[in-house]
Amino acid sequence: MTISDLKQSPSDSVKSKINWSRIEEADDFANTVKLFRQGKYDEDSFRRYRLQHGAYGTRMTSDYAMVRIKLPAGEIYPDQIEKISQLSEQYSIGSGHFSTRENIQLHWVILEDVSEIFRGLAEVGLTSREACGNSVRNVMCSPLSGVCPDEEFDATPYALATAKFFLRNPMAQNLPRKFKFNFTCCEKHGMVRMVDVGLIPQIREIDGTAQKGFKIFLGGGLGNKSFVGHQLEEFTPEEDLLYTSIAVMRIFDRMGDRKNLARNRMRYLVNDMGWDKFQNLVLKERAVVRATQSVITKLKVDHTPDIIKRPIRISDEDGGETTPDGYARWLKTNTVKQTQEDYRSVFLTLEAGDITASQLRGLADIIRNFSSEGKGRSGFSQNIALRYVHEDDLTRLYSKLLEIGLAKSGALTMTAPIGCSGTTSCNLALTNSHRLAKEIQRKFLELKLDEDDDLSDSSIKISGCPNSCGQHGIATLGFFGGGGRVGKYMYANYQMSIGGRSDGDTMLGQTLLRVPAKRVIPVILKIIEIFKANKKPDDTLKSWINRVVNGNEDSEIKSIVDIKKILEPLIIPPTMDEDPDFYLDYGSDSSYHTKTGKGECAA
Amino acid sequence: MCCLTGTVKITTDVDSLRSEIRDKSVRVIDVRRESDYKQDHISTAVNLPLANLLSDDSPERVLKLVNSMGIDDETSVVVYDDTFGALASRVAWTLEYLGHSDVTLLESTYSHWKSLGLENDSDTPEIQSKEHSMKLKSDILATSDYLETAKTRDDVILIDNRERLNFLEQHIPGAISLPYRTLASDDKILRSKEDMKRLLDNRGIAGDSEIITYCGSVGTLSGLAYYALKSAGLSNAKLYVRSFKEWKNLQKPTQKQEDASYWDLSAE
Ligand code: HEM
Ligand code: SF4
Repeated sequence: MTISDLKQSPSDSVKSKINWSRIEEADDFANTVKLFRQGKYDEDSFRRYRLQHGAYGTRMTSDYAMVRIKLPAGEIYPDQIEKISQLSEQYSIGSGHFSTRENIQLHWVILEDVSEIFRGLAEVGLTSREACGNSVRNVMCSPLSGVCPDEEFDATPYALATAKFFLRNPMAQNLPRKFKFNFTCCEKHGMVRMVDVGLIPQIREIDGTAQKGFKIFLGGGLGNKSFVGHQLEEFTPEEDLLYTSIAVMRIFDRMGDRKNLARNRMRYLVNDMGWDKFQNLVLKERAVVRATQSVITKLKVDHTPDIIKRPIRISDEDGGETTPDGYARWLKTNTVKQTQEDYRSVFLTLEAGDITASQLRGLADIIRNFSSEGKGRSGFSQNIALRYVHEDDLTRLYSKLLEIGLAKSGALTMTAPIGCSGTTSCNLALTNSHRLAKEIQRKFLELKLDEDDDLSDSSIKISGCPNSCGQHGIATLGFFGGGGRVGKYMYANYQMSIGGRSDGDTMLGQTLLRVPAKRVIPVILKIIEIFKANKKPDDTLKSWINRVVNGNEDSEIKSIVDIKKILEPLIIPPTMDEDPDFYLDYGSDSSYHTKTGKGECAA
Repeated sequence: MCCLTGTVKITTDVDSLRSEIRDKSVRVIDVRRESDYKQDHISTAVNLPLANLLSDDSPERVLKLVNSMGIDDETSVVVYDDTFGALASRVAWTLEYLGHSDVTLLESTYSHWKSLGLENDSDTPEIQSKEHSMKLKSDILATSDYLETAKTRDDVILIDNRERLNFLEQHIPGAISLPYRTLASDDKILRSKEDMKRLLDNRGIAGDSEIITYCGSVGTLSGLAYYALKSAGLSNAKLYVRSFKEWKNLQKPTQKQEDASYWDLSAE
């Protein structure tokens, strides 16, 4: 008997306890679009309205939108995945896209159809409300929260409660700029120093009793100019979590720069004011908030534990079953052991976050049949994890993933690069960063670089312009797009940085040199070669690059300048006659030129 | 319950078809491949594989086929497929074009019928030939020449039913994109009338504009759209039956979405 014969019927698959949607927003959106098309709603107000509801503009056209669906704390349930699959075929391009902030995006949606997507999302309790615009963006939580061996407690319920508190909350409808919360499990797995508010769960012994709370980091963030967040205080007890969040937002709301759109994220306020002053203000404001909020203003943290139930299987089919090819490699590069004995979390390798409608359908079934918690968790790197997979079910899970083309290895290694949407849909893009990420992945998997332990803790992240949606600043090897020129010909050219990281020692990468798009792969391979020639036995690429950028390396490579010297011959542009392909960006067969439209990041 | 729009009936629901079969008051046409049909099909159904029809769909040939299936002007006909109604639509439209008025689509697919455990067998029914008249209903057909001139009128709406990426890459100038997947609901080949109306209304597809549908090659996906429009009460619809394939072969002008590499967003 096979699993599919025994699969739980959709009715007993786990459903979200929280309904994030409001069906009336669909009608309202449809009507507003009509008024806008009739000229009864001015362009600027409409744009704000649209963004507040989670719909971005699209490259070079006002006919299409991108709908960003929020997955608070990254949680996604099988019925939601199936609905998104259907919506992608009906209103988008037949694929969905996992983003770096636990959203799923549908691109190239006709503006008039956006309300139909809202309607479909409401059937499964999802929303895109406040996924864009000057509001509290999707509240993230580490995909390993609750299963991470290094965490003190599971922050997921707190992330969900925070999301619930601020969604549609009047105090968060018109902030000076977008505002982001990231909860994590431990130092290693989060990105708490690269966000407006980052939180690590902590347990403190106070007067003999264990007290839950958080380490809170404020004022970090990536962008055209990036900053690392500051820790507010030693320990923030859980009762103060909401008061602290409100206090920070009130200060930002009052004092944030509403005029200069390019410098209005909270990190600029913190930077201009100085951390000590900002910290003081927050602590004072928190005292005021604590004294003035009604007793009913609380985070409604739901502590009911999830039911962990291994999906039923009657007979044991293990006898005689052969382990499919590639299993060991996949097991090593895509799964992690959980705190809970006998269970693993499994990360799926996607290509720059893209997944087809039929893969989504298959994935929903796979979650029902293999995850003992019955849901998926999206991650930080354009991917999704299934957790609570029993060790004994892993080979069978792998076979099922093979069937739907989702069994590629390397999810947790450097061979799964991040690429923002770039010229595939973004108005500000200068290069096709999305395709470049896919090209690197294909090449590196072919070279089996995912199996190389020296490379697994490194990362490659690519943005299509300096705006950092691809998070290049915190990558071991980071790239952002621009244009280069030889005489009258232009080519896609990336600014490369190395040594960025987002863990306990968060730092931004240092500028290395500009690399033409068609030379990015050879340049990375060359860096790996230099590293291999100079590494110490215990080094990983990440630790070695760290020594180099910090000036602590004692091999013949003393600094970033030495690496640059070796790479320079690789980046010399050939003439058009020698290599016309050099002048085409990935995914394009016409000559490269930069072309951008109006960006909406600050809207 | 039938899907009635005014007096135009577009689909036949499962229960009605069962009773019509029992009453022997219907001719059921299965448009799947012959091998599929031979395995099993809705009881009493005759087989007209779409490919067979398309090999020559001149009115004279269609008339012969219709006669041989025992259909005269009065016969009530229900068509079904296993391809979300697109192939069935193309056959139904062909009958309508010939002048047959009483033709509807089964509201769901054959797989759905079978999953409900409803009557099916592998018998090929004995058919007595009948005489159908030929009164071509040319106002439901759009040719490329017709389309060329119609496009210049502003009371004409042209709808492309291919998938979004294909549309972005290339389409007939002025067309709007309505991928065929938007037409169905979870278990029916067409959404409910209200749902369809709302969707079309949001897009400004309403009133008595003339609407022309097309798809990639032979008018199947756009045939389904033709019936979707009618089900929403938009009866002034035409099918550009030779669709984009012919348009391109004739080297007529096309339009594309410029300056964006949308294909690279696809996970295919
Ligand atoms: C000046 C304009 C923009 C700036 C400064 C900006 C900045 C950023 C930053 C820093 C991130 C990193 C997410 C993180 O916190 O980890 C991000 C995420 C993202 N951005 Fe932008 N962005 C801009 C415009 C746009 C535009 C126009 C688009 C395309 C419509 C876009 C699409 C995305 C996407 C898809 C993400 C992934 C994360 C998510 O789900 O929120 N961005 N952006
Ligand atoms: S980094 Fe630039 S190209 Fe990429 S999504 Fe952001 S704004 Fe667009």
